[in-house]
Amino acid sequence: MCKECGCGLSGDVNIGGQAQERGHDHDHDHGHGHHPGHEHDHHHVAQQGAGRQTVTLQRSLLEKNDRLAEQNRGFFRAKKLLVLNMVSSPGSGKTTFIRETAAKLAGHLRVGVIVGDLATDNDAARLRTAGIPVVQITTGTICHLDADMISKASVQMGLDELDVLVIENVGNLVCPADYDLGEDLRVVLLSVTEGEDKPLKYPPMFHSADVAVITKIDLAAAAGFDRDLALANLKRVSHHARIFELSSKTGEGMKAWLDFIVEQHAAVKRK
Amino acid sequence: MHEVSIMEEAVRMAVETARASGASRILVLRLRVGTLSGVVPEALRFAFDVVCRDTMADGASLELESIPAACWCPGCRAEFEYVDFLSECPRCHEPSGELRRGRELEIASVEIS
Repeated sequence: MCKECGCGLSGDVNIGGQAQERGHDHDHDHGHGHHPGHEHDHHHVAQQGAGRQTVTLQRSLLEKNDRLAEQNRGFFRAKKLLVLNMVSSPGSGKTTFIRETAAKLAGHLRVGVIVGDLATDNDAARLRTAGIPVVQITTGTICHLDADMISKASVQMGLDELDVLVIENVGNLVCPADYDLGEDLRVVLLSVTEGEDKPLKYPPMFHSADVAVITKIDLAAAAGFDRDLALANLKRVSHHARIFELSSKTGEGMKAWLDFIVEQHAAVKRK
Repeated sequence: MHEVSIMEEAVRMAVETARASGASRILVLRLRVGTLSGVVPEALRFAFDVVCRDTMADGASLELESIPAACWCPGCRAEFEYVDFLSECPRCHEPSGELRRGRELEIASVEIS
């Protein structure tokens, strides 16, 4: 078993604390009393630590999810599918952005969507109306999608008909950061109405993103959006991420994003 | 708010370990939590009390080790601490996207009897 990442199961754990062996009680019937040369402290140690042992595990608490995510990744690779995990706070425009992306790619690339929400299938209905194949996951009280849910939803999706799978995660900038779904790219959205300091407030998510998209730029002036500050904050936390600025509503900036998707899909196909 | 499910997994692993070792009680559970793990220590502690109830870990104590985030600078071949979300090497001022530590969410060890 690999001790660092915890792959393998608990069969061969490392047992530390060997020194704390099980103590033994004995009566003083063997002809000596308590005197300095023969301390019976082992008796007390034994009582205090009777059977107490430390077991070293060093296992990731996410190992189950990570393992399933790798399985998903292998499965998606075999299907030559580009998979995007789209994350943002609620209301930053994920569904509209996905709908416009799918509509504009129609005829070039076939896009399917797995949507996660706590409740309702409103988002799925919006996408379905636009003729996009969609599977809705309602998570109940769970604040993120995990690899197991994606694996099950993928079966329903019919991936053979698709080139690009977009996973619309639950609107939440905290928890989805920890859950690998098997995606090729993690895409984080930041709308101009949310404030320029979002990346600074949620560094784990922004740091883990491969792509950052500033949405609703048609509202920038009305929202008093400070573009330079937002870009500086984004570059500070997610400097390695590709940044796009666009409006799903007016179409401004969409071309660069669509070109990027086409290029990424071609790269997946070559693998 | 996924601290409860994280904690459930930790307690599940601890119970599995205790059973495999023939123990009947879990006394201490030690976790390593990176500062970029996205998990809030206070929420973990709260979840711990709830999750342990009616398990072998009832009454156990929780020890959390915080792991500060650190990046690797390939140019300087050295690690540097990721402070204030600034992943820029303090020596050469080149940014680095290679996080070496800080996303840990691990069960380190358990004390059982």
